[in-house]
Amino acid sequence: MIKVENITKFYGNVCALDNISFEIQKGEIIGFLGPNGAGKTTTMRIITCYLSPTKGTVKIGNYDIIENPIEVKKCIGYLPENNPLYDDMGVIEYLEFIADLRNLERSIKKEQIKKVVNICGLKGVVSKNIGELSKGYRQRLGFAQAIISDPEILILDEPTSGLDPNQAREVRNLIKELKKQKTVILSTHILSEVQATCDRVLIINKGKIIASGTTDELQSLVAGKEKIYFEIRSNKDVSQNLAQIKNIENIVLIKKEDSILGYEIESKIDIREQLFEIAVENKWIVRDLHQEKISLEDVFRKLTQET
Amino acid sequence: MDIFYKKYIEKIIIIFKKEFRSYFNSLIAYIVLVVFLLITGYFFAVPLFIINQATLRHLVNLLPLMFLFFIPAITMRLFSEEIKVGTIEILLTQPVNDYEILIGKYIAGVVFISVGILATFFYPITLIFIGKLDIGQTIAQYIGLFFLIIMFSSIGIFGSILTKNQIVAFIISFVICFAFFIIGKLNMLVPPVFVKLVDFIGIDSHFENITRGVIDTRDIIYFLSIAGLFLISTLAIFRSRK
Repeated sequence: MIKVENITKFYGNVCALDNISFEIQKGEIIGFLGPNGAGKTTTMRIITCYLSPTKGTVKIGNYDIIENPIEVKKCIGYLPENNPLYDDMGVIEYLEFIADLRNLERSIKKEQIKKVVNICGLKGVVSKNIGELSKGYRQRLGFAQAIISDPEILILDEPTSGLDPNQAREVRNLIKELKKQKTVILSTHILSEVQATCDRVLIINKGKIIASGTTDELQSLVAGKEKIYFEIRSNKDVSQNLAQIKNIENIVLIKKEDSILGYEIESKIDIREQLFEIAVENKWIVRDLHQEKISLEDVFRKLTQET
Repeated sequence: MDIFYKKYIEKIIIIFKKEFRSYFNSLIAYIVLVVFLLITGYFFAVPLFIINQATLRHLVNLLPLMFLFFIPAITMRLFSEEIKVGTIEILLTQPVNDYEILIGKYIAGVVFISVGILATFFYPITLIFIGKLDIGQTIAQYIGLFFLIIMFSSIGIFGSILTKNQIVAFIISFVICFAFFIIGKLNMLVPPVFVKLVDFIGIDSHFENITRGVIDTRDIIYFLSIAGLFLISTLAIFRSRK
C-alpha cells in the first residue's frame, strides 16, 4: 500500500531524514515512535506531499508522490501536527470546504458530513465558529476533516497531544473503530498509546529507523535478562548476602527509606525462589518481591540512547 | 466545457469562495471598506462643492496613492495568516494544485478591492444628475483603476508569501508598490536620457493614458505583465517552501 524507498531530507545543511525505507500493508496500523525532532513529522509530510524529499521516492498504491501528487492526496486523510484550523470559519462551513476540495458530489457530501459529525461527536457544536471550540472539540474536528472523504489511508500526527486522558482515550477509540477498514499511520511519543492501538511500531531516532516490529518483537529485542525487584525491612545493607546467590549479574540498591531497602536485581534466570529462601534463612521481612516486565518504555529508552 | 470546468476552474472557485467569505467573516473587511469610502467620499465632495466641478478627476488622481495603503492591507493576510496558523499544510495536502490556490486567493483579493471601487459608483451617478459628466472618460477611469488593482494585488500577494508576519508582508508590498508609484513622478527630475525609461517603469504615464480615455494595448500589457511577473514569482516561492 505505502512503499517508502531511501528517503533523505535535508533542511539546508541539517539532515532530517537519512535514507529511510519501509513498507506498510493494507489495513495495518503503524505507530511512529521517537523523541521530538526525530523525523516523524517530516516523514509524514513527505508521504502527504506537503514536503518533497531531497532524495528517494514514495509510492502510494501505484502512484508516485512526485509524479502524481493529486492522486496520492486523494487517497490520504491527514491530521497535521498541532491540528491547524481556520478560526474564523464555522464548523459545517469548514467541513463543506474540505469536502468540496476533495471532490465529493453534492448528495454524498451531505451524507458524509452527517456521518463524520456523528462519528466524531460534533453534534453539539455544529452551529459554532471554530474559534469558539475547546481543544478536545478542535481535535475531533481535525479528525473529522481527515476522514470526510473516506480515504483509504489515514495519517495522524500526534493525534492525542494536548488532550486530557479522557479525550485521548476517546481519540484512541476512534482510531480503533477505523482499524478494520483503513491503513493508519500515527505518530506519538506516548508509549502506552502505541501499545494500545498499533499493530506495528517503527522507532525513529535522529532521522533513522532504529527498530521496527510488533510491540512483542521489540520487547524481545532487549530481553534476555530477568529483572527482579526485591524489597525488605532490614537495618543493614544486605547486598553481600544476596551476591552469594548463583546467576546474579547485578544488584542495585534503588530505594532506602529508614529501614526499608529496595533492590533491583538482574540475573540470567528467574531467582525469585532463591531470594525467598535466603530471606527466610536470615529472617528478613519481605515487603515486595516481583519480576519486572520489560516495557516498551525500556526498549525505547535503550534504543534511543544507544545511538 | 463541463470537463474544462471540472479540471481547471472548479478548485479555483472553491478557494476563491472561501477566501472571499473569510474577508466578510472578519471585522477587518468592513472597517477597511468604511474607511476607504469615508476618505474617497471626502475627496469627492470637496471639489464638487468648493470648485463646483462635476468631475472625478481629483478623486481618480488620488486613488493610486490610497491604493498604496489599502491594497497591501487587504492582501497581506492571504498567505501570511495560513503560514502562521499552519493551515497551509491542510490546504496543500488536499487534492489541489498550488497554482489553483494562488489564483483563487489572488482573485479573491482583486474582487474584494473591486467591491470597494464599485461602491464608489455612487459618486459618478450623483454627478450625472447634477452636472454634465463625461461618461466615456468615467468608464476609462474605472478601467484604469481596475488595472491598477490587478497590478497592486499581485504585489500584495507576493509580499504575503514571503513571511508569516502580516505587518512585514504589508511593508514589503507597500515598498514595492511605492517604488513603482514614485518612479513615474520622477520624470521631471531625472536627466532627459532617462525620461523614457522612467515613464516606462513608473505607473503614472500608463495610468494617465488610460484614464484620459486612450486605452492603448501597450499600457494594458504593462499592467498585466507586472501582475504576471509577481504572480509567477509568488508561485516559485510557494513551491520552494516544499
